[in-house]
Amino acid sequence: MSAATRAALAALAVWVGAALALPMLPLAPDTVDLARILEAPGHGSWLGFDEVGRPVADRLIVGARTSLLVAAAVVAVAGSLGTVMGALAAYLGGGVDRVLTAAIDVFMAFPGLLLAIALAGLMGPGLDNLVIALAAVGWVGYARLARAQALSLRRREHVLAAQALGAGTLRILRLHLLPLMAGPLIVEATFGLAGAVLAEAGLSFLGIGVQPPAASWGSMVREGVRYMLVAPHLVIVPGLALSAVVLATNLVGDWLRDRLDVRSPAVTGRRTT
Amino acid sequence: MSSAFLVRRLAAALAIVVGVALLTSLLIRLVPGDPVELMLGESAAAGDRAALRASLGLDRPAPEQVLAQLDRLARLDLGESLYSRRPVSTLIAERLPATVELALAALAVAAAVAVPLGILAARRRGGLADGAAMGLALLGLSVPSFWLGPLLILLFSVVLGWTPVSGREGLASLVLPALTLGTGMAAVLARMLRSSLLETLSEDYVRTARAKGLGEAAVVWRHALRNAALPVVTVFGMQAGALLSGAVITETVFAWPGIGSLLVEAIQRRDFPVVQGCVLLISTTYVAVNTLTDLAYAWLDPRVRATA
Repeated sequence: MSAATRAALAALAVWVGAALALPMLPLAPDTVDLARILEAPGHGSWLGFDEVGRPVADRLIVGARTSLLVAAAVVAVAGSLGTVMGALAAYLGGGVDRVLTAAIDVFMAFPGLLLAIALAGLMGPGLDNLVIALAAVGWVGYARLARAQALSLRRREHVLAAQALGAGTLRILRLHLLPLMAGPLIVEATFGLAGAVLAEAGLSFLGIGVQPPAASWGSMVREGVRYMLVAPHLVIVPGLALSAVVLATNLVGDWLRDRLDVRSPAVTGRRTT
Repeated sequence: MSSAFLVRRLAAALAIVVGVALLTSLLIRLVPGDPVELMLGESAAAGDRAALRASLGLDRPAPEQVLAQLDRLARLDLGESLYSRRPVSTLIAERLPATVELALAALAVAAAVAVPLGILAARRRGGLADGAAMGLALLGLSVPSFWLGPLLILLFSVVLGWTPVSGREGLASLVLPALTLGTGMAAVLARMLRSSLLETLSEDYVRTARAKGLGEAAVVWRHALRNAALPVVTVFGMQAGALLSGAVITETVFAWPGIGSLLVEAIQRRDFPVVQGCVLLISTTYVAVNTLTDLAYAWLDPRVRATA
């Protein structure tokens, strides 16, 4: 494992740790201190204060939790939904496969974030709507990958043997196909996590994701941009945290791909924000 | 290129566009909750609600609404804005030039950065330059445009005073948005070009070219790069389409008056016909670009035609 990969894993551990430990930390992300509005990082305030006098460090940790919750939920929902649909389509073939392939093609025809922006915008703000919008877009990648994988596996001898022994469709999928498909799907999910973190922040930046007073790194940048000239730390700090998490996740994704020996096009990044 | 391949590919693209239109028309029904209430707020008068319901076709059953909408779309009628009462096609036509200009500039930036970076990394495989170039590319992939944009503004507009902060006035105002939008694409292209070039550099014909005494420049540019370009062309096409959705965020950052900022404004005003028009335009362009890319690929590489 290279030094970069180790650093990336450490960064991710900090992110996840901070997000999970949040309820136990003595934070005051919504406490307003009017005397310290827009105060720069320095003595006694280690990441400074925002435009209404709230501590940036505390809000940063709340943002870490927001991004982890949303991204993990999106990957879990989109990943399991897409995998099951893709694998079923390939395994069952025929009409089911044709309908699903058509659906995949149509969803693939929407570039990147566009559909998520439209969906989230129309459904209105909120964490759950954010997850629904991102998962509704995200499942396609997993479905396509799982379908391709399952297509190449379904005529393997151990699958035929299981069929001959009378195993049901779901049992074959679960025990005989999914374990062999796991490698590429894990790699896809890792890049998907990075994409979901970026997408959550992007939607929150546009004002259609997490709503005030809740904190997201994206909405922190959004609010900070207005005060950029007098208090650049409001933009720099959350953006740095966000970029570090995404960079670390991408590094881990690259490492996993090399390690699991997956030739995946995931990294060509259909979903650049 | 065989005409059968051409026809098949175009028919597939057309089918996808119809599917996209279908999904966009259904979007308003798929959204949970009452869209009319979301658009007008809870205090709206019953008469206004009924009027909006009728104008969106929501007073009719879903299949009928969707068919009516597809029928209008087939006549290129996108409806009119609920907010300004102007035709959606006019609104889009006003904003389109700015977005096209931005996308072309971003493409130029991406190509100008990615080609040297990718070649350098492949030529110095495993070396310091390779590591630096690919580290840079990974960084470009990871930095969100809504953060890169403000940072560039801070440096070039505020500190150095070279470019305007935002808006669209003259060439100078195009520089920062193009850099911001082009960075992610440059990173993807550089990574792709490197791996593709590494593969072709180990081909027999490259060894032959070297063996007959060709200079390194001729080997890389004339023999390896041409073949390495194929997969890069595909990614280039996909990314070119994706630029339009990336433009949504970049245009918001720089107050660039294009389709992306039109979409965000429409979402904030819950102006559904405009949202629908923008989504339809962007995804249709995406499909068109991808189809053209596929055709270009088949034209460049006869092997594709045989298997497609």
